[in-house]
Amino acid sequence: MKVALVLVILLPFVIGIGLFLKSRLILQDVSLWELLFSSEWRPLAGKFGFFPFIVSSLWVTVISLLIAGPICLLTAIHLTQYADNWVLKIMHPVIDILAGIPSVIYGVWGTLVIVPLISRHIAPLFNTETSGYSILAGGIVLAVMIIPFVLNILIEVFKTIPIELTEASLSVGASKWQTIKLVHIRKAFPGIISAFGLGLSRSFGETIAVLMVVGNVSKIPGGVFEPGYPLPALIANNYGEMLSIPLYDSALMLAAFVLLIVVVLFNLASRVLIIRTERYK
Amino acid sequence: MKRQTLIKAEEIFFRVIMFMSSMIIAATLFLIIFSIFYKGLPSLSWDMVSQTPKGGFYFGKEGGILNAIVGSIYLAGGSTLLALVIGLPLALFINIHLVSKKKLVNAIRFFLDLLWGIPSIVYGAFGFTLMIYLGLKTSLLAGIITVTLFILPIMVRAMDEVIKTIPIGLLEASYSLGSTKSETAYRIFFKQTIPGMVTAILLSFGRAIGDAASVLFTTGYTDHMPTSLTQPTATLPLAIFFQLSVPIKEVQNRAYASAAILVFIILIISILSRIFARKFQKNQIK
Repeated sequence: MKVALVLVILLPFVIGIGLFLKSRLILQDVSLWELLFSSEWRPLAGKFGFFPFIVSSLWVTVISLLIAGPICLLTAIHLTQYADNWVLKIMHPVIDILAGIPSVIYGVWGTLVIVPLISRHIAPLFNTETSGYSILAGGIVLAVMIIPFVLNILIEVFKTIPIELTEASLSVGASKWQTIKLVHIRKAFPGIISAFGLGLSRSFGETIAVLMVVGNVSKIPGGVFEPGYPLPALIANNYGEMLSIPLYDSALMLAAFVLLIVVVLFNLASRVLIIRTERYK
Repeated sequence: MKRQTLIKAEEIFFRVIMFMSSMIIAATLFLIIFSIFYKGLPSLSWDMVSQTPKGGFYFGKEGGILNAIVGSIYLAGGSTLLALVIGLPLALFINIHLVSKKKLVNAIRFFLDLLWGIPSIVYGAFGFTLMIYLGLKTSLLAGIITVTLFILPIMVRAMDEVIKTIPIGLLEASYSLGSTKSETAYRIFFKQTIPGMVTAILLSFGRAIGDAASVLFTTGYTDHMPTSLTQPTATLPLAIFFQLSVPIKEVQNRAYASAAILVFIILIISILSRIFARKFQKNQIK
C-alpha cells in the first residue's frame, strides 16, 4: 500500500521528468523562447515554432469558457436555489451522462451538427465563408465538454455557502434574488474563479474532439471562423511521422511537456484558491 | 415602490434565463445522443458487430469492427482491473491507516486531484516514452499500462469519496471489538461500501473505454482480433476516428454506427452506476 502511495505521489514528477528528458534534445539546439514564439513550423527543415499552435489553443480555450462559463453559473444558481424537484431529477442524470460521454463522440457530434451549423448559418450572419472546421467549432464543442465538469464544481461551491449568511441577509429585508446577487455570488466568487480555472485547464488539454472539428491548419488564426491547430491536436496528429526524425519527436514531447506544465499550474492555482475559501467558511 | 418592481423584474428576468440555461444543457445532451443514433442506427448491422474488417473495408467493402469492440473491452477491462488492484488498497489505506493524519490525507487528495487534471494526451505521450524506455512496442500491454495510470487517480478519488461517508464511529466500534486495521478495512469498510465501489469502478471503466488520446500512441491499431498482450490492438474510439477521416460515404456511415455502439455502451454503464449509487445510498449509515 505504501509502495502504491509513493508511486501515485511520484507519478506527476515522473511524467514531467520523462517528458523533459525527451525534449532536452531540441532544447540543446534551439532556445525555449525561440521555440515558443517563432511561428515557422517546417519539421523537415528543422524549424519548430510553436506560436501558431499556442495561439490556437488559447483561442479555443477562451471561447469555450466564454460560452460555458455563464451557462454553468446560471445553471448552478438555478439548481441550488430555485429548481423544482422535476428539474433536479432530469438534470442530475443529464450532467452525469454528459460527463461520461467520450471525447471522440463529442467530436463526431461536432462534425455532424456544429460544423455544418457554422458554415451554413452562423458564418453567413457575419458575411464570411468558412468550411465550418474552425476555431469557433472547436470552442463550442469544448464548451459542451467542460460544462458538466465546471457545473459540478460550481454546485459544490454554492452548497458550501453557510445557511446563516442567507438567513442574515433575508432577515434584514433582502429579497431572495438580492441575497443571491449580493451575498452568495460575492461569497462564492473565489470558488467561481477556480471552477473556471479548472475548466480552462480541461479545455486546454482536450485532444480528439478538438482535433476533429478545428481544421488543423498550421498558421496563426486570424479570426474565429478560420481553422486553427491547438497543441494537443498537433501532438496527436503527428504521431507516426515523428518516429523517423529524432528532433521532431523531441519537439512534440516538448509540446506535451508545455501542456503538462500549463495544466498543472492552472490546476494548482485553482485548487489552492478553493482550499483557501473553504478554510474561511 | 418603483425600485421594488425593478428588483422584482430583475429577479424574474434572471429566473427565466437561468431556467433556460439549464434546459439548454439538457437539450444539448439529447441533441448529441439523438444525432449520433439518427446517423448511426441506419448503418448499424449485425455484420458491424460480428465481423472483423475484410479486404477493402476502408473503401466501403465488407466487414465490421468486432476487433475494435473486443480490443476496447480487453483494454478497459485490463486497466480497470489493474487500477483496482492498486487503487482499492490505496483508498482504504488513506481512510483507515492515515485517518489521524489529516494534513497528509489532504495533501494526498490534492495530488490525486492534480493527476486527475492532467490531459490524457500527456499520459499518452508519457506512456510512449515509457514504452521506448522499456523496449515495448505499441501493444495491448503498453495501452493497459498507460490507461491504468490515467484512470488510477479517478478511481482512487471516487472510492475515497465513497469511504469518506462512513462515520468514524464504525471504525472505533470495529477496533473496540479487537479487529486489526486490515480486518476493519476489508471486512467492514469495503463490505459496507460495495455498491459505491462498483460505481467508482464503472466510472473508471467508462473513462478507459472512451479515451482515445492516451491509446493513440501506445495501443496502436490493427484489423485483426487481439490475441496477445504484446500485439497492437484496435480500440473503439480510434476505430470511429479513423473511419470518419476516410472520405468515403460508406466508411463514414460506419463511423457513425460505431459511434452509436460506443454511446450505447456508455449509456449502459451510466444506468448501471445509477442503480448501484442508489443502492449505496440505501445502505449508508447516517
